[in-house]
Amino acid sequence: MNARQLPKHSLNIVDRPLSKNRSEVPTVSLSAFAYLFSEYIQYLVDRANSISELEDRLEKVGFEVGLRVLELLSYREKVLRRKTDVLDILRFIHGPAWQYLFGKTADDLQQAASADDEYYIRDYDLLVSRYISVPRSYEPFNPGTLAAGIMRGMLDSAGFPARVTAHFVTHKDRQRPITTFMIKLEPSVMQRQAYLEAAKKG
Amino acid sequence: MSVYSLYVINKSGGLIYNRDFCEAARVETNDSLRLASIWHSLHAIASQLSPVPGCTGIELLEADTFNLHCFQTLTGTKFLLVVDPHASFIPALLQRIYELYSDYVMKNPFYETEQVIKCELFDENVELLIRRYLQQVT
Repeated sequence: MNARQLPKHSLNIVDRPLSKNRSEVPTVSLSAFAYLFSEYIQYLVDRANSISELEDRLEKVGFEVGLRVLELLSYREKVLRRKTDVLDILRFIHGPAWQYLFGKTADDLQQAASADDEYYIRDYDLLVSRYISVPRSYEPFNPGTLAAGIMRGMLDSAGFPARVTAHFVTHKDRQRPITTFMIKLEPSVMQRQAYLEAAKKG
Repeated sequence: MSVYSLYVINKSGGLIYNRDFCEAARVETNDSLRLASIWHSLHAIASQLSPVPGCTGIELLEADTFNLHCFQTLTGTKFLLVVDPHASFIPALLQRIYELYSDYVMKNPFYETEQVIKCELFDENVELLIRRYLQQVT
């Protein structure tokens, strides 16, 4: 049924335009999201044969979201120049993207000491996994894999293919383990980065 | 210690969560299971026996050395808190425990409804809540 044929006052909620007031960011109830996410994980647990398959499927969903979120954010934030530098896109994810998705910027962005194609983004209290306690039998599973998939989608859509994984790491200042995302960029990205830097110098 | 223990009973009368906050309150597992089922039946009988219409069950049991507060949710889950007779603001505390339950147990995909609660986050937050409550009243 075409919404345009109905009178304006009976537009259902998904057809109504977003609020004109820019400071009023459209929000979704956290509880509603938590219940939906919980149901989705239960659905996956039934259908997956192993924990890695479970994580893969969850990550794939995040990937689809990430592809679209980058387009949306670039439009909304009026980012006019495409990011070509690795640090720029990572800072964008750490800042505006995290702010849009989870209401606050991520807590830490760091390059790995051992390899220059590895970066870490940390979040002390990841929104999507805040209410989930993973039992011992599912130990390596991390519900933050959804966010890891979103990041991979954003990186891929921006032209920086990478592998992103989510890990629980104990932090000395926090009682609960924090979520650390390990971003491993593909060699093609590092090559391109090297060319760009050489071109900038020479 | 003002708060002695917390019991959570599911809608069929089985004990799904039991936590003691001090040594004196420790009860054997079999006894705590019996306590839960006896309370469930008494609660149901009381709501039938009550001379006042619209009774939903027993809310408070007063004894010499303890009080037992019961909070029943719309779904039939009961939260029992065994406290010191002089403890105050227990209904509010029970509400907060119910909030924690709906957050960390209901939103946990690995929890099966009506089964024993084995959620780390729920344990931790209940512990934190009770500790903060005890600090406030002493």
